[in-house]
Amino acid sequence: MLLMLRRPFFWIIALAVVAFALAPVVGNDVSMRESLLLDALYITLASNLNLMLGYAGYVNFGSIVFFGLGGYICVWLVNSYNWPLIPSLIVAGLGVSGLALIFGFGILRLRGAFFALATIGVIEAVQAFVENFTPWGGSAGVYLSGEIFKPLGGPAHALWIIYFMMVAVMGLSLYLSFAIKTSKFGLGLLAIGQNEDAAAILGVPTSRYKALVYSVSAFLPAIAGGLYFFKSAFIQPSDAFDLSLSTEALVVGMLGGEGTVTGVAIGAFLYEELRGYLLTSSTFANFQLVVSGALLLLIVLFFPGGLMGFIYSRFPRTQKVLE
Amino acid sequence: MTALLVLEKVGKRFGGLQAVKDLSFEVREGEILGLIGPNGAGKSTLFNLINGVFAPDTGRITFVGTDITGEKPYRVARHGLARTHQIVQPLTNMTVLENCTVGACFGKDNLPLHRARAAARDAVAVTGLQDRAEARASQLTIAGKKRLELARALAAQPKLLMLDEVLAGLNPTEVEHMIGVIRRIRERGVTILMIEHLMQAIMSLSDRIVVLNFGQKLAEGVPAEVAQHPQVIEAYLGNPKLAAELQGSSA
Repeated sequence: MLLMLRRPFFWIIALAVVAFALAPVVGNDVSMRESLLLDALYITLASNLNLMLGYAGYVNFGSIVFFGLGGYICVWLVNSYNWPLIPSLIVAGLGVSGLALIFGFGILRLRGAFFALATIGVIEAVQAFVENFTPWGGSAGVYLSGEIFKPLGGPAHALWIIYFMMVAVMGLSLYLSFAIKTSKFGLGLLAIGQNEDAAAILGVPTSRYKALVYSVSAFLPAIAGGLYFFKSAFIQPSDAFDLSLSTEALVVGMLGGEGTVTGVAIGAFLYEELRGYLLTSSTFANFQLVVSGALLLLIVLFFPGGLMGFIYSRFPRTQKVLE
Repeated sequence: MTALLVLEKVGKRFGGLQAVKDLSFEVREGEILGLIGPNGAGKSTLFNLINGVFAPDTGRITFVGTDITGEKPYRVARHGLARTHQIVQPLTNMTVLENCTVGACFGKDNLPLHRARAAARDAVAVTGLQDRAEARASQLTIAGKKRLELARALAAQPKLLMLDEVLAGLNPTEVEHMIGVIRRIRERGVTILMIEHLMQAIMSLSDRIVVLNFGQKLAEGVPAEVAQHPQVIEAYLGNPKLAAELQGSSA
């Protein structure tokens, strides 16, 4: 781990995190903070999805389940048991990771399209369960009272704290991607992504690695979900388990370059900024998905390696610095 | 010589096809054992049974005194048994060196990453791929990919190396080069079990030969003995003249 400090990429991530944290503080710009909070959330979701998609080569449509379940566990602990925010977040992360480990050993026996379909099944199953689970408010969801922000110094102050925490989760996601990519575990995952049978014959414990990465990729999104829904003070199944957010995380990965840390992060940032612009612009507001779709089509056709694939081929030296 | 790998009455059936039947033989430490036989004789199936891609229906496989029958491929690799594939299986988007690092990391010694890189470099050098170490596996020629298979298996520091037709599809110069590589690997004390259709090559490389036909053992012995075995000539070599030639070349 100490070796990572000597890598320039470590400091690039640190710089990005500091920039995120300071940018809205400087001008006390609340609308910029809200926009950057969504960027940080997208970067977290996409980076963790990338562990499955870009490293191990498994298309996971169900990544949003981690986010939603994390949100539910956190909101439930805060609401029903008056737990403080931070322990609730940690329990949400660990709980969802543990569930993912159990699920992972089951559904990761499937490959390719079958796995992808099974992950959609996981979303549907979890959503159906939550809609009928009375302690979590069923399909009506759970509202949090305004009281919850008191321990954090009132609503205005709390929103800043939540923002900094979300940026920290984003930073941890980037470091996690970086650390795994430069480890033996990461090498095994990349081998699985290239040719799973050959990897097994070379001695990579494929089932264990796949279940482990599925579980690891659940941890930080669950915490991000907890933060997000705590901030909204409201959670309901259709928001928590929204398939389109899962799909967007996949698109972001392809946009930036699967398997790269930098590309996925920049892809998420650009995608979310673009989406924000399209949604608020008077010209595009009604067909923002058409624009996003056309963009995806162009990328798949002309830049199959995504943004980083393009940069790597133009400036080969960047490969040594940008993971 | 002690036996490294022992097969006892191993059998495997795929539906109506008995691919391997009651097969017993052993691979002794330090030798090169050649495995020959007509197409469909069960040679590649046998490799898949040994390294755990399929579990045998009957029989027992022992490696260095440990029963490995039906163990998963990744567990078998940890015991020190590495193989190449007849149809090359490179990790296409990774470099030659990275491919070999995977082999070294997850092979017999379960090396940490930095030591695995050193082992990988060594394997790349032995197989003569130094110049291509940073090339992506997908950019190699077929001969290069065959060598990569070998380098990657070797990087795992195996006790037993199983080679599935590493000479197939190579031109005469490349064949000669590859034979040199195989000899060098053997000199490092690695035991080799190899499937090969190229008669001259296998007859001159092998210490002993096992002949398979319809999943059963037809003959076993030193190359000269096997080449004059009447049933081998009938089932596989086909013409007595070739048999006579091979006897001459291996004597």
